[in-house]
Amino acid sequence: MTAIPTSQEKLASAAAPINLRRRVRPHEVLIQGILFFSGAVSILTTIGIVYELGKEAFLFFKQVSLLEFFGGVKWQPQIAEFGVWPLVTATLVTTTIAMLIAVPLGLMVAIYLSEYATPRARNLLKPILEVLAGIPTVVYGYFALTFMTPILRSIFGQDIVDVYNTASAGIVMGILILPLISSMSEDALSAVPRAMREAAYGLGATRLETAVKIVVPSALSGIAAAVILGISRGIGETMIVALAAGAGPNFTFNPFEGAETLTGHIVRISGGDLSYNSIDYNSIFALGLLLFLMTLSLNILSGMVVRRFREKYE
Amino acid sequence: MTQPLTQSSSTPANAEFQPNLQLRHRNSRIWRKVFQISTIVGLISLTLLLFNITNTAFGYVAYQYRLDPASLALDGVSLEDMDQAQLISVLSQNISANALKGLERDKPLLQRSEAELRSLISQRITRPKVLGVWNLFDSLTRKAEIEAEALAIDPEARLEFKSWLTRDFITSPQDADPLWTGVWYAINGSLWTILITILVAFPLGVAAAIYLEEYASDSWVQRIIQTNINNLAGVPSIIYGILGLALFVRVLEPLTSGAIFGLSDATTANGRTILSAGLTLALLVLPVIIINAQEAIRAVPGSLRHASFGLGATRWQTVWHHVLPNALPGILTGAILAISRAIGETAPLVVVGASTYLTFNPNGPFSKFTTLPIQIYQWTSRPQDEFRSAAGAAILVLLILLLSLNAVAILLRNRYSRRLP
Repeated sequence: MTAIPTSQEKLASAAAPINLRRRVRPHEVLIQGILFFSGAVSILTTIGIVYELGKEAFLFFKQVSLLEFFGGVKWQPQIAEFGVWPLVTATLVTTTIAMLIAVPLGLMVAIYLSEYATPRARNLLKPILEVLAGIPTVVYGYFALTFMTPILRSIFGQDIVDVYNTASAGIVMGILILPLISSMSEDALSAVPRAMREAAYGLGATRLETAVKIVVPSALSGIAAAVILGISRGIGETMIVALAAGAGPNFTFNPFEGAETLTGHIVRISGGDLSYNSIDYNSIFALGLLLFLMTLSLNILSGMVVRRFREKYE
Repeated sequence: MTQPLTQSSSTPANAEFQPNLQLRHRNSRIWRKVFQISTIVGLISLTLLLFNITNTAFGYVAYQYRLDPASLALDGVSLEDMDQAQLISVLSQNISANALKGLERDKPLLQRSEAELRSLISQRITRPKVLGVWNLFDSLTRKAEIEAEALAIDPEARLEFKSWLTRDFITSPQDADPLWTGVWYAINGSLWTILITILVAFPLGVAAAIYLEEYASDSWVQRIIQTNINNLAGVPSIIYGILGLALFVRVLEPLTSGAIFGLSDATTANGRTILSAGLTLALLVLPVIIINAQEAIRAVPGSLRHASFGLGATRWQTVWHHVLPNALPGILTGAILAISRAIGETAPLVVVGASTYLTFNPNGPFSKFTTLPIQIYQWTSRPQDEFRSAAGAAILVLLILLLSLNAVAILLRNRYSRRLP
């Protein structure tokens, strides 16, 4: 408002040709600067993650060779054994079990919601599944330990199933990931145009044939992206495995034995007062870097699948 | 539909088609049931989850008293029926004068309610010890067997039905004894942490969303930031914990421990404070808030902006007076959902360094902290059943907190969502 010319000179100059150049408004520039900075915070976060993980992991790999890290099958910091495989296999076992539960169930729920359910049922069911997705993961961990483990132990026998085991953690993780897969897949299925379904019905296809042979293939890129994101979520999931999967690295593929995952190990050893510059402190950054690279590549892959294979409908 | 086909079923092609059609329809029906059942399985798992928590948070407990409560009866009046004066006289008769003075100093006995006095008597005089815990389902269905089991543990065991979620549980600090432990410090810690998270993440997130949607449309800067935000949203929460440990706890220790404000004292543990926790969670929810806010801003029709520009408003005036008010319900809903995710977060806070045992109420950003989910994690990881029950009660508190937050989100959305033409 102060920019309005008030003095005599400025009034006199009004006779001159109007200045059409964009006026510089300092506070607008300032605001834009603040907004840009806010946007840049996310970039800084990424840089921070990569820098910190990289720096400490570098210190770790100065003491432990890459060959030992990726070649060893024993992770015992007390006796300086740093083979990452026991942690990785435990992560793979829990994630695989979780996906065996979440993918078929999640996909079927998505097909039911998008192809079969009445609008009323859908409006009732979708929020309930969202509630399932909003429950904190520590609650799922509690559920795994106090409900799923006793059930598994009573089915398969006390001496076969350990108190802490990857099967229980994996199954409950599957329940956690189910809403993610079902809601993303349902979005993909609903995006398939109605005309395609009607064409299938017109040719005499049954509802199942339309759903499985027409709609699902058309939405495959979205479904694949959901599955990949689900895997990434499972790898990064922490509290369920920290509570139910066991507290000790164990190189095994037996789902009824306890085994510590990457995330579980990070949580356990950082739970106490960890002193800086110790090999334990550095090791959580090395494990974190591995975890970050695994999930990041899966997330990028998921995005690529959507972009590359998406069927476009006019 | 099958009518015309049956009429001409004499041809060989139809003879093959007819049973095939029935098969196809049968398959269709079977799979429909399968799909339906999977959905029901999803619902059942939610029900089981909630059932399991309620199941452990209530039920019979077998106690062994150090002093039989019946022996405290005064003039035939049992402990349950006593009024305040009688309870105080029981207290003064049974504990040492020094201990009584200490209690009087904390809060005068005459000002304490009967319930408070009763729990005092229980903690100081009768001192029950938990011998066994049973869940709600068993407590309701097989009471006789539980009584027998309790007697088998100890012939003098007293069986009482206990709700682990009580008012005392909510208002008591942490205690080493599961009977007297509570979540008051944890609730305070959660609220302080979340307050900092909101103060940092909400303005930053909304500002970033405004920048991306209103200022930097379709430039390479915008594309980089956008891709980056989408990727950040998929980074596991524990990685943020590691970042928080390295950045806020270690590098920014003078700031997060309050040392540069001269606020540091012996109780603040080298940067493992509420401020560090809140900032870590802020970074964690920032991408979610940005993505949600972007969607809300994108939903504001372009004509509104054009009208504002047409009247000579600057870009910021347009954003502030027209875009933001219209996008606000959406932004708030998204932000509340993101915040409720932050409240339930556990892993990053363990890494950042939540205290395992807190002896004072978290009272500011530079205090050591614990939060509700951390408390649940610690109690769950103990082997004793009574701590599991306490964890169950704490989960109920957490879920009630989250549910009320979500209800607020829905109310806000309904209240402020103006239908735009």
